[in-house]
Amino acid sequence: MRAFEYHAPTSLNEALSLLQELGEAARPLAGGTDLVVQMKENATKFAAPSHIVNLLRVPELGGIEFSESVGLRIGAGATMAEVAESLIIRERYQAIVEGAALVGSIQTMNMATVGGNLCNAAPSADIAPPLLAFEAEAVIVGPAGRRSLPLEEFFLGPGKTALAVDELVAEVRVPVPSAGIGSAYDRHTPRKQMDIAVVGVAATLSIAGNRVERARVALGAVAPTPVRARRAEGALEGQPPSDDVFARAAEIAAMECSPIADVRASAEFRRYIVRVMTMRMLREVRDRARSG
Amino acid sequence: MPKQLINLTVNGSPNEVAVEPRWTLLEMVREELRFSGSKEGCGTGDCGACSMILRGPQDGRGRLITSCLMLAAQAEGCEVTTIEGLATNGRLHPVQQAFIDTGGVQCGFCTPGMIMASKALLDRNPSPTLEEVREGLAGNLCRCTGYAKIYEAVMRASKAGK
Repeated sequence: MRAFEYHAPTSLNEALSLLQELGEAARPLAGGTDLVVQMKENATKFAAPSHIVNLLRVPELGGIEFSESVGLRIGAGATMAEVAESLIIRERYQAIVEGAALVGSIQTMNMATVGGNLCNAAPSADIAPPLLAFEAEAVIVGPAGRRSLPLEEFFLGPGKTALAVDELVAEVRVPVPSAGIGSAYDRHTPRKQMDIAVVGVAATLSIAGNRVERARVALGAVAPTPVRARRAEGALEGQPPSDDVFARAAEIAAMECSPIADVRASAEFRRYIVRVMTMRMLREVRDRARSG
Repeated sequence: MPKQLINLTVNGSPNEVAVEPRWTLLEMVREELRFSGSKEGCGTGDCGACSMILRGPQDGRGRLITSCLMLAAQAEGCEVTTIEGLATNGRLHPVQQAFIDTGGVQCGFCTPGMIMASKALLDRNPSPTLEEVREGLAGNLCRCTGYAKIYEAVMRASKAGK
């Protein structure tokens, strides 16, 4: 690793002043499971940082809270393990737990943070599709104060986000899910553990009577960013939650994504898996929405 | 880059160490504190040979981490346990003894990390199923592929194995 200067702010204000003062030369660091690897391999998507700002001692970035009026707040510094073990997330936002629990090993889950996973902006980030399917917002803090951005607008491309160099993601806000909602996330990987998604699919459904009131489908690793499958959602809403309707929506999701071919899979295979996984997730969510 | 002083507890003893900002926790523990049990396999958090248990000032329980991905300076104020910290009064930890008894050690390179991951698992879940053991050790690779004996060791050290 190239040499750098190390800063360990103990408040959010201190962290933000450091980032403002140091500009492009600085990178914020939390769990290190992406950034330290990139720095060791000299493969950062930016110039090697000459300053590292440690965020692990910034108390404002921690914690997970829920209230019926505001919904869920996940501090950017919350680890995947904290998310996966959170009772409230498990109860109300099952797909988010499923995404967090798939990130790497126990060790990775104990270190990797939600903010880091989002800011690294990998199209395959496992936490992203479930958060998109629950319409989460990133709360961004910077010299100009706080702003909220729907997660969809936060991701700009592989490794690229709407974050300015002097800004941080402070937390993720997720609205209160409607009553009777079901959710699920899963991914396809050749290996069971320690792999990166070839395709990830998250879905949420609210079912009233025999009608899908609201549907959200979000896809990972099949576009430059994690994406919503809006046309598939449109094919679900207002329809009965039947296998025929699901099959058509899955077909549409496979058509509307824009996968690349790479070392993990061909574009055709990714589309095929999107169809299979979307169908599987919708059926799973239907069961959950009915039993919950 | 000038070194900076950090304070942390390693295997029960408080230390003040002068570290370079770019040193990882693993480098500091091996090179400065001379606890060379933890190994560097991949250096990218994939193999688990460098696994340690870290407890931050705010943490209730220690958590398993790959020390090759944490900067030494980030461990300021933390308690770190490595393989050298498991035995007490000259008696091996039950997990260590179980690895010996079942032959869960071949070349030995992955063993310190395997044992730390096993201890962390049993601290969380004293009676894991075989599937839970396999999942708990999914971040630790054994190039000798001696997994069957390793899982057997963890099962033996668990509550169910007693």
